[in-house]
Order: sequence, then C-alpha cells, then structure tokens
Amino acid sequence: MTIQLPVTTPLIELRHVTKTIGDGVETTLVRDINMKIEPGEFVAITGPSGSGKSSLLYLLGLLDVPTSGEVLMQGRAVPANSETERARLRLKLLGFVFQFHFLLTEFSALTNVTLPMRALGELSDRAMKDRALHLLQSLGLQSHAHKLPGQLSGGQRQRVAIARALANEPQIILADEPTGNLDSASSEQVLGVLRQLVDETKRSVVMVTHDMALAARADRHVRIVDGRLVDETT
Amino acid sequence: MNLVLDIALTHVRSRLRQTFVGLMGVAMGVGFSVMMAALMEGSQRDFVNQLVDALPHITMSDERREPPRQPAEDVYQVVAYSGLSTMATRPGIKNPYAIIASLDSWLDGAVAPSVQARAVIRYASRDTAANVTGIDPKREAAVSKLPEQLRQGTLKDLHRASNAIILGDRLAEKIGARVGNTIAVVSGTGRVLSCTVVALVHSGISQSDETQAFTLIKTAQILAGQTGIVNAMRIRVAGIMDARQIAERIEAQSGYKSVSWQEANEDLISALEIRNFIMYTVVGAILLVASFGTYNIISTITHEKTRDIAILKSLGFTERTVRSIFLLEALIIGLAGTVLGWLLGYALCSALGTIEFKSPFMDATRLPMYYSPTHYLLAGLVALAASAIAGYLPARKAASVHPVEIIRGAS
Ligand SMILES: Nc1ncnc2c1ncn2[C@@H]1O[C@H](COP(=O)(O)OP(=O)(O)OP(=O)(O)O)[C@@H](O)[C@H]1O
Ligand SMILES: [Mg+2]
Repeated sequence: MTIQLPVTTPLIELRHVTKTIGDGVETTLVRDINMKIEPGEFVAITGPSGSGKSSLLYLLGLLDVPTSGEVLMQGRAVPANSETERARLRLKLLGFVFQFHFLLTEFSALTNVTLPMRALGELSDRAMKDRALHLLQSLGLQSHAHKLPGQLSGGQRQRVAIARALANEPQIILADEPTGNLDSASSEQVLGVLRQLVDETKRSVVMVTHDMALAARADRHVRIVDGRLVDETT
Repeated sequence: MNLVLDIALTHVRSRLRQTFVGLMGVAMGVGFSVMMAALMEGSQRDFVNQLVDALPHITMSDERREPPRQPAEDVYQVVAYSGLSTMATRPGIKNPYAIIASLDSWLDGAVAPSVQARAVIRYASRDTAANVTGIDPKREAAVSKLPEQLRQGTLKDLHRASNAIILGDRLAEKIGARVGNTIAVVSGTGRVLSCTVVALVHSGISQSDETQAFTLIKTAQILAGQTGIVNAMRIRVAGIMDARQIAERIEAQSGYKSVSWQEANEDLISALEIRNFIMYTVVGAILLVASFGTYNIISTITHEKTRDIAILKSLGFTERTVRSIFLLEALIIGLAGTVLGWLLGYALCSALGTIEFKSPFMDATRLPMYYSPTHYLLAGLVALAASAIAGYLPARKAASVHPVEIIRGAS
C-alpha cells in the first residue's frame, strides 16, 4: 500500500522558458529556466547586473511572454496569444512592486490603491474604500491616504505601491528591487511588510534584489547569471 | 465615479489650456456649421415660399402638350396631314366653369380662372403698356396674395363700377392716376374701354408693380376679344409637395396642360440641390478640420501618459479599457465643444438674423434664418463622430504600449 503525499499545485511554474529579443542581432534575456513558486513561500532572486533578473520577473508576472517554453498559472498553461487573458490573471492573482514606485501622480494614495479594485469591479465603492484605507493603515500610512505621490517620501510611496499591489488580495507579490531607492530604515520597513505577508497571510513573494543580506531573509534564494539559474539555496 | 471616466477627466484637466484649444476648435466648427445650415436652409425655404406663394401651385393653361387629334385620324390610318389652317386667337380653356365645378368636387384646395390681355393704359395723355389680368374676386383670394397686396380698396370694389380696374402702384404713379380716376384702356384690337381705378396693388416686385392691372373676367375677355373662355386656371393645393401628382391628374382629366410649381421651377430646384450638396461638403470639411485639434490633444496626452498607461496595463487593465480612456477623452472634448458650438451657432444665427438688407428693387429684407433642431443634431453627431475617430487613432496606439519596455526604461 502506498501513501499518497498531498501535492500542492505551484502558483507559477516555468518550464524551459527562454526569452530572446531583437530580430537580426538576437539577445537572450533568460535561457531554459525551470522554476516553481509554491504557495506561501518567499523567494529571492539575485544575480549580477544585467543577468536577467528583471526579465525573469516579467515572465513570472505575465507581463512578458516567453519565446519558447511554457508558463503555468495554478497548473494551467497561460495563453501566450491572449493579452486580455493575461491582463485578467494579473489583475486577480498578481501584484507588482517596482524599484520606482510607479504610482499615478495625479491621484491620491487612496485612489491609487483602489485602482485595481475598481478595474476588477467586484466590490461596492464603499467596500473598496474601506479595504484601501485598511491596507494603508496596515502599512502605517493612515494619515497620508489623501496625499498625492509627490507629497510622500520615497519609503511612503513604496508602501503605497505595496498597498496597491495587495488591493485585489493577490496570491503572489512580485517585487523588483523594492528597496533599491530606499535608505536602510525604509528598506527594513518594506522588507518587514513583505515578510509579514508571507508569514501571516500565506501569500507568496518573489523579490529581485542584489542585497545579499535581504536575500538571506527569504525562504529560498535563487541565483541567476547570464540568464541561467545557477544554484539554489534554501 | 466610473474608473475610465475618472482617469479621462483627470487627464483632460491636466492639460487644460490645450484641451480648451481643442474644444474651441470643435465649438467653432459646430457653430459655423449650424450657422451655415440655418442660413442655407433659411434662404432656400424663403425662396421656395416666395415661389410657392407668389405663383399658383398648379397652373392650367390653354395649351396642350400634344396637338389635338384631327378628326381625320379617327377615321383613317393617316401618316401625315398638311394644309391645316392656323387659328387667329389663342385657343383658350373652353367651358371653364364646368372644369372648375369638376375640380371643386375632388380637389383639396382652390381654383381660380384668369384671362390675360395686353393693353395700353392711357391717362391724361400719358400711356403705358400693361398686362391686364381678368379675375374672379371671390375665387382669387384663395389662390393668390393679391388681396393682401392691395393698397386702398378691396377686391370687391371691382364690382362697384361697370369697368373697374386695379393698377400696380408704380404703374399708377407713372401715369399719374389715383383711385377714383377714370382711365382709358386700349386693347390690342384697338377697342377703348374707360375704366375706373378702384384700388392699387403693391407686390414689392418693381417689375410687376409697373405693369400689372386687374379687372373682372368679363372686362378682360372684352379686351382679349374672346368671350366665354379663360386663358388659365390657377390652383392652390393643401399639400404643396403633392402638386406634381395632382397636376398630372388634372391634366389627364381636362386635357389641358397643367404645370406644377415643381415642374415650372425644375432648374431652380436642381440648383438648390447642388447648393445643399456644396453646403454639406463645406460643413463636413469644417468639422473635419476641427477634429484635427482633438487628434492633436489626444496624441499629446497619450505621449505624456505613456508611463501611466504602462502602469495601468501592468496592473491588469486591458487594452480595451486603456483605449476607452483616451476615446472618452476625445468624446468629452467633442461633447463639450458641441455644446459650446451650439450656443455659438445660435448666437451667430441671431446676430445674422438682425441684419437688414435694403434694395431699390425690393422691399427691405432680413437674412432668412431657419432654426431647426436637425441642424444642431446633425452638426453635433458629425462633430462627435469626427472626435471619436480623432481620438481612436492615438488611443489605439496608446493601448498597444508594451508595459515591459516602459518599466525597464524607467527603473
Ligand atoms: N530592449 C533590450 N534590448 C537589448 N538588450 C536588452 C533589452 N532589455 C534588456 N536587455 C539586456 O538583457 C539583459 C537582462 O536585462 P535585465 O533587465 O533582466 O537585467 P537585470 O538582471 O534586471 O539587471 P539589473 O540588476 O541591472 O536591473 C541585460 O544584459 C540587458 O542589457
Ligand atoms: Mg533589473
């Protein structure tokens, strides 16, 4: 008699994913990547500058499509030819945080956070506002909800961006050097938020960084050199 | 508020000055289009009204479209005949009162007979040629504006004296005659009638006021040397647009040539159609030019907002949603411009409508403006359609922005 171990479906899985760009002179951004992101894990991606970390993150986040290979989302292949379908998956399941905050500068912090909820359109206006305020509060921004991004500090903006990434309660947060522009205190705060997300709400976080100290605090650490995964430490 | 509308309004507000310029472009386009349309249709309606009012809707004359059949044709198989003698007088419409009675029985309108005679009018040794029209005062009022054009006296006064006559006011002035004077009317055959002037008529058209005179039918018949027949039946119909068909029916029944106002003015009406075509072309061009401004502003906004577009798309906004944001911006400008254009158009129309034109040959007139909701609706629809196209092109381009390229470039 064999015992069936419970098998979880990875949230995201890359199978032999290669991405090249340019016709004529081809550049390979990432090469033959196999990778799984499981629910509730914190993965750090490190590597030298230009090694393909961001490119890998865009592929994981369905912002880009592979030249060859396959991307699976919760076990289902992501259609490469339907941008609309990928947009829907991004809206429901993924949240992004970039090095640059990427907030809409003409809208208040609160409005920025409600944007993804409004695009999804599943909640009432009241509920969206409540959740956005709650998110901002949990990130220590309750008194800044009505400020424009230009009126916030770098760390505050980055936390607003995290609040926005969390708006639709995504399964995964993808962060590309989220602390790259921040001082150590702010960095610590942002990392704390991400760590807490994994520990307390069982979301997954994939974070690109070149700060080894930060990478060490992830559950899993993936290194990429010249577009290839080289080693993995847990 | 709706998300797409919210973003669109924010974009438009962020570019207030440029938006205003684009909006003014549309407003000018719509305003001038409305004005042009009001002017063109106003003058056309005025023209047709004058045409239709001044002249009978249908004129039955004593001509025939085909020569009457010769009795020989009915009896023999004739190929051609020769030696027909010509008639000395105009043939005239025979049995006019039988025809009138028949028309009265089915026609929704009115009929009035008339007799034409040329004569020379002489008074105090001054004389002038005149077109004398014999009329039936009871019936005349129903087919022409003559009663309203009378100065002093009424049509009934024609019954007052035995040979009463109404003169055009300029004609009377030319010979120095006044109401109550007795004048000599000399027919083409040399008969002289002495007639009493009972009224003057002023139509406003110098040419006719200088030559027109009106008498009873029997007086004109004496001058024309024909009794018992008339030269024309003038018919007014209730539905002026049906005049053509009614004329055909009358002609078929009576055998006399009956010409509707449309047929009589065929060339003018086709000229009006060409004019309308030109107008719509010009109006379309104005609105097209106006939409370039909209294209320009939406293009600028999409360029400025490339980063925002990338952000929205990375969050999971579809291309369709992004497209609709910019399309909506164009429509906001188009709609605001249209409303402003309506006000401008109305103001222009009112201003033009007050200008007075004076001419020595006509009574003073104002520009005839025709106010029609159709003009406003049409200009608005074309402006909105043009705005939609002007917005769609940059919107489509904006929506196809690849977020990765922008995100890479910025970080
Ligand atoms: N549009 C492009 N055209 C040509 N080469 C490109 C383009 N975009 C990226 N690359 C190259 O692809 C490689 C991978 O880029 P990527 O941004 O993924 O690196 P990265 O690991 O994120 O680097 P960094 O740590 O500096 O952010 C780099 O060598 C880069 O120069
Ligand atoms: Mg990078």
